[in-house]
Amino acid sequence: MKISVVKNILEANDRIAQQNRSLFDEHNLTVMNLMSSPGAGKTSLLERTIQALRKDISLGVIEGDIQSSQDAERIALMEIPVVQINTGGACHLDGNMIRDTFGEFDLAGLDLLVVENVGNLVCPAEFKVGEDFKAMILSVTEGDDKPAKYPLMFHESSVLLINKIDLLPYVDCTVERIREEALKINPHMTIFEISCKTGEGLDAWYEWLKQEVRNRKTA
Amino acid sequence: MHEMSIAQSLVDIIQEEMVKNNAGALKSVKLNIGKLSAIVPEALSFCFEIIASGTNMEGAVLDMEMIPLRGICLDCDQGFEIEDYAFSCPHCDSPNIKTISGQNLSIVEMEVE
Repeated sequence: MKISVVKNILEANDRIAQQNRSLFDEHNLTVMNLMSSPGAGKTSLLERTIQALRKDISLGVIEGDIQSSQDAERIALMEIPVVQINTGGACHLDGNMIRDTFGEFDLAGLDLLVVENVGNLVCPAEFKVGEDFKAMILSVTEGDDKPAKYPLMFHESSVLLINKIDLLPYVDCTVERIREEALKINPHMTIFEISCKTGEGLDAWYEWLKQEVRNRKTA
Repeated sequence: MHEMSIAQSLVDIIQEEMVKNNAGALKSVKLNIGKLSAIVPEALSFCFEIIASGTNMEGAVLDMEMIPLRGICLDCDQGFEIEDYAFSCPHCDSPNIKTISGQNLSIVEMEVE
């Protein structure tokens, strides 16, 4: 016997992500899903961003890692509410894992919640967690061929931060090619060129992010 | 390697449908895999086999069809295939396009007995 089904396989996750989204909306909370390869600079970007924005914006962080709480400890040093999720092998966070952290946060007291996803340029792009937008980091040491190799991640991210530009003299990678390839896949992408080491380019990113949070507050 | 999570979601949907239809065993499942999704069909089959083993889904075949990416231009209204992941209109070069297929992972049909 044949049964016609026609269902999105990720429907269960999408439904939970939508419920998370509704809860965030009740609190006018901006939620950013931050993704990249391992070592591209997600936690470093967060440390810089927290330092720069904390006087204006109340932030919380969810750290996703397969194992260890090192990232959460780095963030906790800055006295910011942070929850570590250890996926125990899974290569991405999903809506359910995010929902399980809600008891740990005073959502009403936050302006911006950053979900630092598991370092991986493929899988996290497939799973919504209830975010307003996805932001990704590509570091120049990874190479300018990455947009073409990982199109889903570039297609799903509204923001691309090209990190480690202080290392450009030492690597065979051009920012122009990254831009060109990324914009081909996602013509609406907002792109920042930054160095979390030297601080170059970060002011524009801070301003952009502050504006995003402000827009939601007044929406 | 997120195919395991996807296989688990798939199995959950199949189980629900089998109970609903009083099915005894699963023969095959037809899936549509959008070209934009980052799924490796062989990996999904492998994960499905592992989860299905020892259940009434054991031995069922996953019949996967890759769905090409198609878009429609919001400026010139023309439809087209999105080739080489270039998300702009090949006719008028506009970046304002809507993707109409090739983004999703869906279950379409199951054969049971």
